[in-house]
Amino acid sequence: MEGVEFWRGLDRVARHALPAVSIAIVMILLAIPGLVPLQAGVRVGFVMASVYFWSLYRPAALPAPLVAVLGVLLDLLGASPLGLWAVLLLLEQAAMATIRRALVRRGFLMVWLVFAGFVAVLTAAEYAARAVLDLAMLPPAPILAQGIVTILIYPLLAVALIRAHRGAAAPEQA
Amino acid sequence: MLRLSIPVRQALSRLTLPVMLIVSLGLVLAGRADRHLGDTLRTGLDDALTPLYRAAAAPVAEVEQGRGAIGDWFRLHADNARLVAENDQLKRWRAVALALAAQNDALKSQLHFVPTPTPNFFAARVIADLGGLYARSVLVTIPRDAHDIVNAIAMDGSGVVGRVVQSGARSARVLLITDLNSRVPVAIGQHGARAIMEGQNSATPRLIYWAPGNPPREGQIVLTSAVGGVFPYGLPVGTVHYDGKNDPVVRPFAGMTRLRVLRLFEYDHQPGADVAAATP
Repeated sequence: MEGVEFWRGLDRVARHALPAVSIAIVMILLAIPGLVPLQAGVRVGFVMASVYFWSLYRPAALPAPLVAVLGVLLDLLGASPLGLWAVLLLLEQAAMATIRRALVRRGFLMVWLVFAGFVAVLTAAEYAARAVLDLAMLPPAPILAQGIVTILIYPLLAVALIRAHRGAAAPEQA
Repeated sequence: MLRLSIPVRQALSRLTLPVMLIVSLGLVLAGRADRHLGDTLRTGLDDALTPLYRAAAAPVAEVEQGRGAIGDWFRLHADNARLVAENDQLKRWRAVALALAAQNDALKSQLHFVPTPTPNFFAARVIADLGGLYARSVLVTIPRDAHDIVNAIAMDGSGVVGRVVQSGARSARVLLITDLNSRVPVAIGQHGARAIMEGQNSATPRLIYWAPGNPPREGQIVLTSAVGGVFPYGLPVGTVHYDGKNDPVVRPFAGMTRLRVLRLFEYDHQPGADVAAATP
C-alpha cells in the first residue's frame, strides 16, 4: 500500500512541477546558438505566453515565488536589468488574477486578443523601465519585434499547452 | 507540516503575490545600486549551465557542420565555382603577401626592429548565444585551469569579434563589437586616422569621433588601435561603409551572426607571469 502511495505522490509532484520546469528548460535551450532567428525575443515571448496561459487556466501551477524565480532566470540569461522581468511577470500574473473569472470561459480568439493587449502594456513597461534604469534612449525597433513575435507565438504555444493542461500537468489525474 | 485554519491560509495565499512583487522591486533596486551583484549571479549561472549548454549544443553543431546539412548539398555546385574563383584570387594575393613579407623583413632588419611578443592564445567554442534585446554577447568554454582572462581579445578566422568581459571557472562571456555598450578605439586607413567604433545593436557598428577634416572614406580598412591599452595595434576589424551621408559604419570581417569557434588572445598576460608570481 505504501509503495502505491509513494508513486502517486511522486506523480502528483511531477504534475505540479511540470509547468515551471518546462518553462525553465525551454528558456535555457533557447540559448543554443543558431537555433531560431530573434532568439532573445522568442525566449521572452515564450515565458510571457506561458505565464499568461498557466495563470489563466491553472493558477495553482505557477505560484508567485516560482514566477519570480523564472523572471530572475530570464533576466540573468537575457542580460536585462536584474529583477526587471520578475516584476513584469508578477504584474502580468496579478492583472490576470483580476480578470481571470471573466476570461476563462471565453473562446480562443478573445483570449488571444487580451494577450495581445497584455503584451503591448508589458512591452511598453519594459521599454520605459530599461530607459529609466540605463538612463538612455534605446532604439525601439528590437522591442517592437519582440512584441510582435510574442503575440505570434501564443497560438503555436497554446496548442501544446492545452494538451499538457489536460494531460501531463493535471494533478487530478494523479 | 504546519496546520493552519482555512481563513489564515487564504490570507497567506493572497499575500504571496504582493510580497514577491516587493521582493522583486527590491532586487531591481539592489541590482541598480550594485552592478557586481548581477555580474556575479550571471557568472555563477553561466558556469553552472556550461555542461548543459555543451551537451545541448553538440547535436545542433553536428547537424550544421556534418553530413546532415541538407541545405549544403543544394548549394554544392555554386559553392564550388565560387571557391575555385576565390582560390585563384587568393593564389595571386599569396604571391603579393610573400613579396611583402620579404620586403618587410628586409626593412625591419635595417631598422633594428624589436618584435612584439607573441600573445598567449587558445581556441574556445561558442556554447550559448546570450544576447538580449539590447545586448550582444556569447558564452564560450575555457580550459579548466585558465586564469582570469578578462580583456582577452576574441577573433574568428577573419577579424575581431569582441572582448572578454566576464570569466568564471569554465566559461567566459564575450561582449561583441556590435553591442550597444561596446567602444573600440580604431585606426582607419593607411595613415591610421583615429576614431572610436561604437556598437549600435545592429550588424554594423558606427564610427564616431573621427577628425572632421579627414572623414573615413568608403572601403577603407579599419584596424584596432592601441589607444586605451586593451587592444593591440593592427588587428583587422572591417571596412568603412556609408549607410547615409556623414554616418560611416564598419562592416565587420568577422561573421558576427554565425560564431562557432573563437580564438582568445591575451595581450596583457605574459606567459611567464604566473610562474614568477607563484614562486616567492
